[in-house]
Amino acid sequence: MERVVDPLAKKPSVLRTQSETIGFVIMVAALAIAPFVTYPLFLMQAMCFALFACAFNLLIGYVGLLSFGHALYFGWASYLSAYSAKAWGFPPELAILTGTATAAICGLVAGSLAIRRQGIYFAMITLALAQMMYFFALQAKFTGGEDGIQAVPRGHLFGIFDLKNEMTMYAVVLVIFLAGFLFIYRIIHSPFGEVLKAIRENEARTRAIGYPVERYKIVAVMLSGLFAGLAGVLYAIQNEFAAPDFVYFITSGDTVIFNVMGGIGTLVGPIVGAGFFQLIRELLSRLFGDQFPYLIPLGVIFIVMIIFLPQGLLGFARRWLNR
Amino acid sequence: MVEIFGIPSQALFGQLLIGLINGSFYALLSLGLAVIFGMLNIINFSHGAQYMMGAFAAYLILQYSGLGYWPALIIAPIIVGITGIIIERLFLQWLYKLDHLYGLLLTFGLALIFEGVARNYFGSAGLPYTVPESLRGGQNLGFMFLPNYRAWVIAASLVVCFGTWFVIERTRLGAYLRAATENPTLVRAFGINVPRMITLTYGFGVALAALAGVMAAPIYNVSPQMGSELIIVVFAVVVIGGMGSIMGAILTGFGLGIIEGLTKVFWPEASSTVIFVIMAIVLLVRPAGLFGRRA
Repeated sequence: MERVVDPLAKKPSVLRTQSETIGFVIMVAALAIAPFVTYPLFLMQAMCFALFACAFNLLIGYVGLLSFGHALYFGWASYLSAYSAKAWGFPPELAILTGTATAAICGLVAGSLAIRRQGIYFAMITLALAQMMYFFALQAKFTGGEDGIQAVPRGHLFGIFDLKNEMTMYAVVLVIFLAGFLFIYRIIHSPFGEVLKAIRENEARTRAIGYPVERYKIVAVMLSGLFAGLAGVLYAIQNEFAAPDFVYFITSGDTVIFNVMGGIGTLVGPIVGAGFFQLIRELLSRLFGDQFPYLIPLGVIFIVMIIFLPQGLLGFARRWLNR
Repeated sequence: MVEIFGIPSQALFGQLLIGLINGSFYALLSLGLAVIFGMLNIINFSHGAQYMMGAFAAYLILQYSGLGYWPALIIAPIIVGITGIIIERLFLQWLYKLDHLYGLLLTFGLALIFEGVARNYFGSAGLPYTVPESLRGGQNLGFMFLPNYRAWVIAASLVVCFGTWFVIERTRLGAYLRAATENPTLVRAFGINVPRMITLTYGFGVALAALAGVMAAPIYNVSPQMGSELIIVVFAVVVIGGMGSIMGAILTGFGLGIIEGLTKVFWPEASSTVIFVIMAIVLLVRPAGLFGRRA
């Protein structure tokens, strides 16, 4: 007879299994050593995009909604944090809050609109809404039009940590990235996350059981927008500017590519995908110069992966290991 | 000078004309998207890139063979349509068994590649393509000046749109198509080669996009990014109209073009966002779209 394990018997820590904890520790250790080995700026950007990809994955992987407008949250959060830091003199912690809250509100509004249509329309609606806010960003006064908001002060976090120091900045990005990752992990494994997965598997049945599916979807979009915004804020602070490019659909497309490459619906997949993408781009520009049209080879890799590895790098690795 | 609502009539009709021109392209492109979606269940993200390819094909045909606008109007859509058929055979046919999100993703990847290649070879700056000799000049209508070429674009796209509508809604071939959209297995059992029909439908939809591209070439410059922003607006048009009906796609395309043109007169700053705002309002008021059936 099989032994039934009472799930409540042992209070789980944040991470649920031993192998996940080991994996997480390895990731933390690698990221802690990495800045001494390679360029901190490259790593910080990679972490921003990784968090961005994880936020996106919350929707596509666990609710089954393909958003093509995540640049909206990323870009507008970066605008508001940059503006509040520069024009109002907000310290970093308040600028981060302002930007993230903006993204959450955008997510709430965009989500309530986009879920009114089923299926593939969700992608088109989110893309159109993001493009609308891109044009708005080009025209609004405070966003600085084509130039964006430049020379944003990094400031002192909590009045103590000087973010101008590259290593301090790195530590802050690392901590926020890990916190965001664990938070998303928690959401996925919470009862709320289980309902999201139920919606993904069978929306009609979830509704029949009595869950207000629409409300769950809206909250999911909002949370996903919030973390995408957090990534945008980090990106703006470390680069000291916010630009209309961040709201452009290419940015939305990038996070889609990260996820497909890494593996949709796996926790670490988006991180792997974002890292892989950054690495290839960096490699190509090292080998062939800055002007190299890196999107062409990346597009080819992307297409080949959709046809031959629709489960992504991580899904492929897992299947290969289990063989 | 005659004024309407405090706006000189010349400016008003001028913008209305631009609106109608844009509307022609919205209609042609959303029609192609609707036809492809009906048969393949795929949102063709590369539609904008294929429109761009049509314009570039016309440009290259002129450069290398000296053939002008009129031959290009036939040849370019055929060439691009054939590339579409190749794409369907090589890539898309493997995705029908997967979630239809993958079709969108794959065509997105294709769009990236096409645009990247075009930018790499031709640069981001636009290339000029002149209006054909026979359509230069224009008519003075008394209240406005109507360039011949623009009148031709509007007339031609109306003919193509309604021609497509007629073929799909009123002919035997169209009946097969609509039947295969509803129930491919059953239609196949009647001895009709549905996979080939799917391939040809994709080729036709892509050719429509390329035709729009050729017609657009003399009006806008031929540039690698000419399709990517247009396709997002067309997505909004498709959301507003709903993809259930061919006629709906045509009417919504022209209607939104006109609304956009009018916005340029009365509130220029809002003209780039007005279609998206209308989309948001339609989603609030009529979630299924103006002509859509509940998906």
